[in-house]
Amino acid sequence: MTDHTYDGPADPLRRRLLKAGAVAASLSALPGAMVIAQAQASFDWKRFKGQKIEILLVKSPRGDLLTKYHKEFEDLTGIEVGSEMVPEQQQRQKAVIEFNSGNPSFDVIALSYHVQKRQFAKNNWLTDLRPYINDKAMAAPDLDFGDFAKGGLNYAVEADGRVMSLPLNLDPWVVYWNKELFAAKGVAYPKSFAEMVDAAMKLNDPAKGISGFVGRGLKNANVPVWTSFLLGYGGAFTDAKGKLLTDSPEAIEAARMYQTLLAKAGPQGVAGFNWNEAQSLFLQGKAAMWLDGIGFAQPLEDPTKSRIVGKVGYGVMPPGPKAQVSALFGDGEGISTYSKKKGPAWFYLQWASNKANQTRMLQAAAGAPVRNSAYAAAQASSDFKAPKEWVECMLKSAAIAQPGLPVIAPVTEFRDVFGVALTNMINGADPAAELKRATAEFQPVLDKSEKA
Amino acid sequence: MTSATGAPARPGFLARRHRSYYFFALPALVVVGAVIIFPWLFTVWMSAFDWKIGSVAHFVGLDNYVGLATNQRFIESIVHTFYFTALAVVVPLVLGLIAALIFHRRFPFRGLLRGIFTMPMMATPVAVALVWTMMFHPQQGVLNYLLSLVGLPPSLWVYSPTWVIPSLVLVEIWHWTPLVMLIVLGGLAALPTEPYESARLDGASEWQLFRYITLPLVAPFLVVAAVIRTIDALKAFDTIYVISQGGPGTASETINLYLYLQAFAFYNVGNASAVVVVFFAIILALALLLLYVRERAKWT
Repeated sequence: MTDHTYDGPADPLRRRLLKAGAVAASLSALPGAMVIAQAQASFDWKRFKGQKIEILLVKSPRGDLLTKYHKEFEDLTGIEVGSEMVPEQQQRQKAVIEFNSGNPSFDVIALSYHVQKRQFAKNNWLTDLRPYINDKAMAAPDLDFGDFAKGGLNYAVEADGRVMSLPLNLDPWVVYWNKELFAAKGVAYPKSFAEMVDAAMKLNDPAKGISGFVGRGLKNANVPVWTSFLLGYGGAFTDAKGKLLTDSPEAIEAARMYQTLLAKAGPQGVAGFNWNEAQSLFLQGKAAMWLDGIGFAQPLEDPTKSRIVGKVGYGVMPPGPKAQVSALFGDGEGISTYSKKKGPAWFYLQWASNKANQTRMLQAAAGAPVRNSAYAAAQASSDFKAPKEWVECMLKSAAIAQPGLPVIAPVTEFRDVFGVALTNMINGADPAAELKRATAEFQPVLDKSEKA
Repeated sequence: MTSATGAPARPGFLARRHRSYYFFALPALVVVGAVIIFPWLFTVWMSAFDWKIGSVAHFVGLDNYVGLATNQRFIESIVHTFYFTALAVVVPLVLGLIAALIFHRRFPFRGLLRGIFTMPMMATPVAVALVWTMMFHPQQGVLNYLLSLVGLPPSLWVYSPTWVIPSLVLVEIWHWTPLVMLIVLGGLAALPTEPYESARLDGASEWQLFRYITLPLVAPFLVVAAVIRTIDALKAFDTIYVISQGGPGTASETINLYLYLQAFAFYNVGNASAVVVVFFAIILALALLLLYVRERAKWT
């Protein structure tokens, strides 16, 4: 069977998207495709029977889960799946090198939006999925964009309306808080940034080895902690012309908050903490608040690892002076632009993001699914162990989520340069001076990458 | 032309023989050319380009080198590399020598204890680094607990910009002192006994025996250990990357870590190539110095 190519006249969906020319329009248009898809009497999953596709996944619980159920996809479609799972860092290197070669070994690739979205889009490494979404014969009935969280679709859709991937997993940042420590000092969960700082200072008790706040201080890893505050202060990463706004008054205020929380209410040595050090401190009941991605409920509620089972509060990021925002990270899957088997690859994408797989992801605590229906489905199951408060926190956070890092190609350099500045602040450097230096250092890198 | 013995001469025989030898050396030359010389020349060539993977390369001549010479972070990484290397060579040498002198003497369970002492060497560096990371944790690590047992205040270990490099060296010491011990122990076993007997007859003290006989005789072995340790310490990457990732901030960023960032995190291939060339020059200079010291330390 030949593969689909879509260079013909613009279809109705594409026309609508082109007309609107904006993400918002494309998001509202996508559910329309669902109506078309659902109108089909029966969907032919077997149309690419006998073909073989290659998948490049990231070694993670999500990668493991998909791999475990590949046989189900093969039975459903008759398409053979060859898959490779590579650790995150190496997968990113492999992607760059293989795409540059012009002949990558994979048809489908898993991507981390916060690192790879702009890089892939800028180089046109992924296939626009709109023609497939709009094709009655190609979009499965299960593909319901109304069921996908807005934050995930924001990541999947480019500013010009192209849909380059299907999102699978969301990682909004939340505040884990120790209810016992809060109650002991009569402190309530903060309702603003000011209250958050107050609570951290009140709960900080170095004599008892208790920190009021813990989070990432290690360079590179620490940047989302600062951006979580930056977004609440109403700050942004760049203006419309690509000029960095990372030394704006909002950015400096956010950095001061970061400095106060980590240096004054944080544990000794926090400048070298990544999430694992922060987690181990919080697990031991030695920290009152911990700001990080939402994926840590499982260890926190595991009695063999945690001393605070049942005492953990899952808090939505408190509102900042200008906005209430949860910094968002996420991942999805796209089809290589060089793939010669885009049809079968598209079938794989639909299967990977279907309701059953999304529900499994939640049940296995392998991530936070992008499809809202997965939460209700998982909670209905008797073996679902995540606390109800966690699910509510996830849904509320996803609704107020914005990308936690700028969508730019040199995002790793951004994290490195600003990460060093933030670590220096924990060790006493002036936030305004550090941000000014980092912004001056990074602006040429950004300019160069956009010109390239 | 005839030879003195009257046998007929075979003009060009030697030359022909050499030619056939060249033929046999060819495969090795091809391999060396392909895996060492070509990549090296290509690296030098790339270092003259401003090239980020995914973009077009521009020839910039020596700009990358000029950039490095004025790059504070790169210069600091050289300082960190030398600081780390100096500590990671000298301390294991001293401790390894002491350990070798102890294990050279006869005492009960010597073999067993020597075996136990060499065990760290067999551990995988990344696994070792992960275990030490947990031990270094300022609140929950066992090291601060041990300090508290003897009444010492807690340390921040690798979480302090000041102490991160000495703490990383601690891991190197634990891991590689046994290697130095084994090399020196081999040297001690090979020493002649006569100089000791005559020195004892002359009334030399234990310290004098060590200072004027053992140390000079074992010096060549110490130099070998120093060369191996220097190479190991200069190329150290896994331990530092796993434990501190070059942090806090850039406090433990060595040339290798800086290079890794440039090449594999930022994909700045041109700049990374220039870093490699500078690093190679530094290693070459150190190797020449060590060769000179080795010549000086030979038994005469």
